[in-house]
Amino acid sequence: MKDIKVLGPGCKRCTATAEMVQAEANKLGVPVTIEKVTDYAAIAGYGIASTPGIVIDGKVVHAGGLPKSEDIARWLAA
Amino acid sequence: MSLGSITEHAPGASPSTAKWIGGTIAALILWSLVYSQLVPFSEWVVALTPVDPKSHLGEAISFFAYDTPKVLMLLTLVVFGMGIVRSFFSPEKTRALLAGNREGVGNALAAGLGIVTPFCSCSAVPLFIGFVSAGVPLGVTFSFLISAPMVNEVALGLLFGLVGWKVALTYLAFGLAVAIVSGWIIGRLHLEHWLEEWVRNIRSGAIELPPEELSAVDRIKAGIDAVYEIVGKVWPWIIAGIAAGAIIHGYVPSDLLVLIMGRDAWWSVPAAVVIGIPMYSNAAGIIPVVEALLAKGAALGTVLAFMMAVIALSLPEMIILRKVLTIRLIAVFVGVVGTGILAVGFLFNALF
Repeated sequence: MKDIKVLGPGCKRCTATAEMVQAEANKLGVPVTIEKVTDYAAIAGYGIASTPGIVIDGKVVHAGGLPKSEDIARWLAA
Repeated sequence: MSLGSITEHAPGASPSTAKWIGGTIAALILWSLVYSQLVPFSEWVVALTPVDPKSHLGEAISFFAYDTPKVLMLLTLVVFGMGIVRSFFSPEKTRALLAGNREGVGNALAAGLGIVTPFCSCSAVPLFIGFVSAGVPLGVTFSFLISAPMVNEVALGLLFGLVGWKVALTYLAFGLAVAIVSGWIIGRLHLEHWLEEWVRNIRSGAIELPPEELSAVDRIKAGIDAVYEIVGKVWPWIIAGIAAGAIIHGYVPSDLLVLIMGRDAWWSVPAAVVIGIPMYSNAAGIIPVVEALLAKGAALGTVLAFMMAVIALSLPEMIILRKVLTIRLIAVFVGVVGTGILAVGFLFNALF
């Protein structure tokens, strides 16, 4: 089970990012838990400067803008 | 290793890369063909209506029919180009460049990077905290936050296309100057203790993101995404702005406007700033109005001050920033930037 956090204050892109990750995980059959982190202090604690951010198993893999689905697949496979 | 990855991603390496680049060039040629036909198109539109082209209504309609496609096309081109440029930058990279810098040089660098770094106001708070907690000085962070919305590709591209390169260049130079000097002053005032307390307590440091490898095709796609996103968002503002401009163009008498916004009316500069702050529009909506005002004899300094106040000092942005800044710090921010804009307005009316 991969522990995934989507960092973002609740903007449209953050929701879209969470949906993309979920869709990609379903496609690849990777079990995941997705949690949306919306608290500014918590987001800042991960050291990013732009949102949405993606954290997989405690490691920041992406910050700023929608991720590419190829990249999501690569992160989920790692 | 790096050599291998370069050859792998070289442009033209795959047939699909060639297709994308060829498609982009074809689209640019088509763009310039259509753009060159806009004047005949607007004359044709007015000729379709039973309105006399020399009448107030005729002038308003022709302004609207010419400016709407012109502005939308220019905007699309500029946003596409800037989307490609921005794919080379990110807030995290900008932060890394700024963190090592002292005030002064840092302010100038921050204002410059504010133009090319992808930034949206919904991301202003994470960016602010991300910068400050990673050791970017407060004043340098402000230089970035002032420059990023004010001196942007939409403002510069539209000014260039509608009003001319001299005004665009002037706006660029003075917009940067306001961002640099305001940020420097805020830094000198040492107001770190006026940040909200929880912001001061975050000491996360910066993370290193794994580098994203972008091919030429990825960058073209980034440009297209930017067009969808930005043009898709601002077009109603543009239509509204052009409609306002058309009304000014067709109906507001020149002598009245010269009286109110001409260079002899010294009080018009502060009035423009005070009116501009609560008004919220983006560059795309305000520039058609600017064009119409200038054509009717308004003074350049007054118009620039109005435009900067509308774009740089907006109520919604202050409400977002209120989450991290105390009211006192926001007041200082508005005061310093507002004074800078006033100075630009007066300087211009005196010089030109």
